[in-house]
Amino acid sequence: MQLINQKRVQQRIDAWKDQSLYVHVEMTSGAYAAHNDSSKHPAATFITNAVIHYSAGSIAGEGPYRVGLKAATGWIYSEGLTHWDELDEERLILAGHDSQGKLVVALQLSPSPF
Amino acid sequence: MATFQPYQRILVILPHPDDEAFGLSGTLAKAIENGAHVTYGCLTLGEMGRTMGIPPFANRVTLPKFRQKELEESCLAIGIQDLRLLGFHDKMIEFEDQDKLDETLDALIKEVAPEVIITFYPGYSVHPDHDATGAAVVRTVGRLPANERPPVLCLAFSRNTVENIGEPDVHNDVNNFLEQKIASVLAHRSQFQIKELEGPDNWKRKEVRERFGTEHFWTYKFK
Repeated sequence: MQLINQKRVQQRIDAWKDQSLYVHVEMTSGAYAAHNDSSKHPAATFITNAVIHYSAGSIAGEGPYRVGLKAATGWIYSEGLTHWDELDEERLILAGHDSQGKLVVALQLSPSPF
Repeated sequence: MATFQPYQRILVILPHPDDEAFGLSGTLAKAIENGAHVTYGCLTLGEMGRTMGIPPFANRVTLPKFRQKELEESCLAIGIQDLRLLGFHDKMIEFEDQDKLDETLDALIKEVAPEVIITFYPGYSVHPDHDATGAAVVRTVGRLPANERPPVLCLAFSRNTVENIGEPDVHNDVNNFLEQKIASVLAHRSQFQIKELEGPDNWKRKEVRERFGTEHFWTYKFK
């Protein structure tokens, strides 16, 4: 994974406008959050391989970044994105890793299922 | 209080690559040196893990491939002869079709005919996949006639374990197998970065021996 290149991510988002895409969206505090620190509230959610089309989308901020995708009947939003896989041309893999390198948030798009 | 018996056929059922590393790898390496055959059924590839290397070298898509390789390397370090990747989805064990899960475990248990099964103690193992795996094992073993049930030894580490189910009743001195144990831990390089274990001859150090030299199990009590 590399640090996000905002311009290149924007180009990838634009290229896939108005197409049928599979999306994976995820946010997690980690299953051990409360075990390691009882004041922490463990939470996680993910949806994988939902099908979406977006008519507009952009990557905003100065890092960590935000991405918003405007879909026909709603929105997809992720905040805290830091990394992407610049070598993966088949999929757009965006993730937010914390200061210890652990994944906190992910937003992934692909023309084929994950 | 008992010591770990010299079992010759051991079946390990855990949900994630790396679950074997800290609590069990010394016991397995010791048993294998004494001639045991170990089958390790690993339910998932840990593909939903949040740690992807420090700093991250994997991502959500590539993580399962890295973790499978790490698991194979860990098994090689321990000497495990038979690794089965059971193909369930990480984080979802508690939501899986219970009949399908139990049938998979039942078939594995009947095929291996183990003298002992090692898994997580349901309810005392912190991660929902750990608890659900242990629950599936004791549910499946519990369906066997009482005189055909192998003992089920459990790992447990939730903070209320000793308060609720007492101290572990089986202990195993693995000080002579710390080299294999540390190699198992370090094989999972996407997951762990443990400074005190790096460097040559680390298993000879006093603090490493004190922390990792004994493994503990709770015998599951069937009703």
